[in-house]
Amino acid sequence: MIYLDHNATTPLDPRVFEAMLPYLREAWGNPSSPYRFGQEARAAVERARNRVAECLGCRPAEVLFTGGGTEADNLALRGVTRALRDRGRHVVTSAIEHPAVLRTCKALEADGVRVTWAEVSGDGVVDVAAVGRALGSDTVLLSVMHANNETGVLQPVAELAELAHARGVPFHVDAVQTAGKLPLRPAALGADLLALSAHKFHGPKGVGALFVRSGTPLHPLLTGGEHERGLRAGTENVAGIVGLAEALALAQAEAQAEAARVGALRDRLERAILAAVPGARVHGAGAPRVPNTTNLALPGVDGESVVVGLDLHGVCVSTGSACSTGDPAPSHVLTAMGVPPREAQSSVRFSLGRDTRPEDIDTVVRALAEVVARLRAVSSL
Amino acid sequence: MATTSQDRTEGGPETAPADPPGPILYYNDLVLDHFTRPRNVGALPPAETDGFGLVGDPTCGDQLKLWISVRDGRITRIGFQSFGCPGAIATSSMLTELARGKTVEEARRITDDDVIEALGGIPERKRHCSLLGVRGLHAALSDWEARQAADGTAQDR
Repeated sequence: MIYLDHNATTPLDPRVFEAMLPYLREAWGNPSSPYRFGQEARAAVERARNRVAECLGCRPAEVLFTGGGTEADNLALRGVTRALRDRGRHVVTSAIEHPAVLRTCKALEADGVRVTWAEVSGDGVVDVAAVGRALGSDTVLLSVMHANNETGVLQPVAELAELAHARGVPFHVDAVQTAGKLPLRPAALGADLLALSAHKFHGPKGVGALFVRSGTPLHPLLTGGEHERGLRAGTENVAGIVGLAEALALAQAEAQAEAARVGALRDRLERAILAAVPGARVHGAGAPRVPNTTNLALPGVDGESVVVGLDLHGVCVSTGSACSTGDPAPSHVLTAMGVPPREAQSSVRFSLGRDTRPEDIDTVVRALAEVVARLRAVSSL
Repeated sequence: MATTSQDRTEGGPETAPADPPGPILYYNDLVLDHFTRPRNVGALPPAETDGFGLVGDPTCGDQLKLWISVRDGRITRIGFQSFGCPGAIATSSMLTELARGKTVEEARRITDDDVIEALGGIPERKRHCSLLGVRGLHAALSDWEARQAADGTAQDR
């Protein structure tokens, strides 16, 4: 199997697995228990918090552990809008957010919060000026992703942060697709909140983190015990938290070299596909992107048919869009970029990773050329 | 923005999901066979085309083109081209297999369920893909009828 869907999930790093094992097998105590056995688990959680803080260049008290990236995004969006309810009822976000943010904003809208969806350029970059115009005196939160999950296009978060802070508006960054791939410093990005998810960087599933700059108003989603400073009730996922910290530290240490290696392979893959598939086009090619991702239109063929066709060749890729979840509507991200519906429906995402080898590229391109040729022979377009 | 059943947080009381999300890309071997080796692919030559159907939006979504030859009230040749997901291609392919050799009356009675049953089932959430095939056949049969009427030979079908 050749796995080119690392934006969906990544395999657990064996070193991370080893780091987690003691907290599944021996030190299984409850971190809230006062006796030494419980406090052993507590110490592991706090060591993990320190490591994550070190990776992010922040204070340990600014790191909250959650049940994943989606929960971190939900906590940021719902938690800040709730905390600032008396100050205003307006949120600014972009048209290309991940469903974790997009659908949460839709839910906020249903609860009476006004949401402005900033448009993006043809290359999938959020319009900074449009965000500037949208920020008002009643705006309580700006939320924009660091890199888009479908296209890999990096967003101008530092510029957006300046605009938000000039207005005194907290800024949330969904960094799920950049954590572990690029050096990540909330302070350098100007983020007041920043979400990440362990399984995107070779950590375990079901655990994430939210950076919350001290002083940022936040209400909890979950009520219960006083875990995570009262902001996330529930007994800590100790092994998961240990795994997240280990995975983030390993990924960040290797990020620079890995970005260069994977970036070269991605560029090679793109060139080979453009040469092998007539009419193919890279989405967001003119914008800075995370090094592992490419999303291409393969005109005349349906994206899911390419995904299933490649699966039969032992290659895992994604349409990157809602269509793969049974929703026939084309990708909201590509649509926002002005891509016509049929071209959006014909798009496929390849996301490379740590286990991608140079020889995989040739195998994938050969398989893709065959699948596209077969589908084009059937195509009515 | 498209909305799906996932938008449960929007308004209304929370209820248990009526349609739990099942496997999506789970196609059986017969479906995959019709997807990778679709039967009756391609346009019929104009001289042999007695009916043609085109279904699907011109700019978005799945599309199907279907050609038929009718001799003595029977579909003797059938061909199709399809742009769509594996379910759309496989159901179109199976539909042409079911319709070939049938009389016009028999062909009209083919339903979406017949196509799905002949394929041994397709994922529930992919059922909408199967609608194009039968619609395309009906469009081609209507076209055939219209041509017959235009030729003034509708009585000899």
